[in-house]
Amino acid sequence: MPLIEVQDLARDYRVGEVTVPALRGVTLSIERGEFVAVMGPSGSGKSTFMNLLGCLDVPSGGRYLLDGEAVSGLGPDRLAGIRNRYLGFVFQNFNLLPRASAQENVELPLLYANIPAAERHRRARAKLEKVGLGERAHHRPAQLSGGQQQRVAIARALVNEPPLILADEPTGALDSHTSRELMALFQELNAGGITVVLVTHEPDIAAYAKRLLMFRDGRLIEDQQGQGARFKGQGTPGTPLPLEPCPLNL
Amino acid sequence: MNFLDTARSALRSLRANKLRSALTALGIIIGVAAVITMLAVGEGAKRQVAEKLKSLGSNMLVIYPGAVTSSGVRLGSGSRNTLTEGDARAIQDEVAGVLASAAGLRGTGQVVNGNLNWSTLIYGIGPEYQTAREWRVLRGRGLDDNDVRSSAKVALVGQTVAQMLFGGTDPTGETIRVKYVPFTIIGLLDAKGQNLSGQDQDDVILIPISTARGRILGQSQGRSRTVGHIYVKMVDGADMKLAETRVQALLRQRHRLQQDQDDDFNIRNLSEVVEAEQAASSVLSSLLAAVASVSLLVGGIGIMNIMLVSVTERIREIGIRLAVGARPRDILTQFLAEATILSLLGSLVGIALGVGGTLALAHFAGWEVVLQTEAIILAVASASVVGVFFGWYPARKASRLAPIEALRYE
Repeated sequence: MPLIEVQDLARDYRVGEVTVPALRGVTLSIERGEFVAVMGPSGSGKSTFMNLLGCLDVPSGGRYLLDGEAVSGLGPDRLAGIRNRYLGFVFQNFNLLPRASAQENVELPLLYANIPAAERHRRARAKLEKVGLGERAHHRPAQLSGGQQQRVAIARALVNEPPLILADEPTGALDSHTSRELMALFQELNAGGITVVLVTHEPDIAAYAKRLLMFRDGRLIEDQQGQGARFKGQGTPGTPLPLEPCPLNL
Repeated sequence: MNFLDTARSALRSLRANKLRSALTALGIIIGVAAVITMLAVGEGAKRQVAEKLKSLGSNMLVIYPGAVTSSGVRLGSGSRNTLTEGDARAIQDEVAGVLASAAGLRGTGQVVNGNLNWSTLIYGIGPEYQTAREWRVLRGRGLDDNDVRSSAKVALVGQTVAQMLFGGTDPTGETIRVKYVPFTIIGLLDAKGQNLSGQDQDDVILIPISTARGRILGQSQGRSRTVGHIYVKMVDGADMKLAETRVQALLRQRHRLQQDQDDDFNIRNLSEVVEAEQAASSVLSSLLAAVASVSLLVGGIGIMNIMLVSVTERIREIGIRLAVGARPRDILTQFLAEATILSLLGSLVGIALGVGGTLALAHFAGWEVVLQTEAIILAVASASVVGVFFGWYPARKASRLAPIEALRYE
């Protein structure tokens, strides 16, 4: 059974009287353990697709099965539960609570999963150490660099042990060196069995994935399997994969 | 999220905006303090009236002679000598439910002890008077029938007179001169305090009515046995209106008044006066409580206002929380908890301020105040209700945000 299965998934936005279709019927499935990059120009519907996968938005049409369960049509409370247990989000702008420490930010999903305080501390600490930030658990986001903030966000996404990580342009706000480190971290997580779906517009970043989905005008126009898959229309030849051994202590 | 986590997280966000939280709580603080203080002042006023009622004597009718009309000039209440000791006795004997009917003469005079002197009220009375006024003797004895029959030169002195003529020492057995006539003090009266019009009721000496008539106050009009006033004390629970009617009928009959003639006496029903004042004081305390409640309400609106601003400011935070798995009701609880904690903390400070303010009023302004636990509980309960009520709308607004819109909000 695929982890993600969508059929004719559609999302319309109403702008005043006009209905703007952002996603016009996408059908695909993603198996457990895949590392999928979603690409496309802005307005192609890739972000809308990600928001629907992440249960942050509700589709206007079509079906979405997550781990065999029909997600479309669930109430807000059930969707919250799915976001809490099945999904980990990593955003371009990190989306950390500015007044909370790294540790507290990582604990947040556990708080809503009703995990007792002591267990929360232990698990959040373990994830922070896993992303190499054990020393900085009590720093606030503003006291951390962009790369460190994004690692806090990854620790937060991982803390509830979800099977799926959704990353929306996770390296968009980072320099190329930090981006490479971060992508290595995603690869490592994927190697550990976690399914990763990431949206990016940088071919370098998409190159880390094992499968490439290309969106345009609200439709899926290309679906390539294989490490370093490239969309032909991109017009750039494949660059060598920057797979040097990463310095992270994973 | 469990209770403790919710409270802790609410406290954290309140702490993040200390000044704003304090200003918001100020509305509740002032409201609670106002409710507590106003209720204490109102209750104090009620109690003061009740004490006055006690000192006046309840169930009391006071009868004064009517007014003289001389060539069209009316000389005012008490200027005629229409009441007699016989009237007093007849009321005692013929009206049902009379506990004591006491006739008295009233005048002023200089009272002297050695080199100290004092101008005071002098009442000529009989033994029934003390019963009617519920006026006990602290030291020595009261007047008896013998004193009246023999026109004894004995006196009871009020607290104020005793203080003025004897300092703090026991005056019983001492001799004072009242208008040059030596009197032996046989008793010291209990303190009665001020009456409803603010007169000191302890600034008085009581002497036998016979002695007063013969030697001290005199009766220029010559008709003997006339009196200045009659106090009629009814038994507890007596119908004062009915008693008044009966006394009036009896006196009209005794004074042989025709149908078309006006009363030649006035009856004052003290209960009515006291009831009126009680009504006034309870209107006053309701008014105070109402004003205080309004300030509590305004404090609540302050909470709502700030919570609404806070929700708008924190839409991103709400989005993040929703994205990591907060349910709408978790968001609702969080904002509700903030409003409730704000109003609870405000209540605590408000209690301190209210109790402190009340005690300060009592101490510095000398107001009679009564602090009641019920008032404090009432104030805090209303503050909490206000907090939850006015926190509800912003909290609900926050909880209804769509996750993706909240996350995208700039």
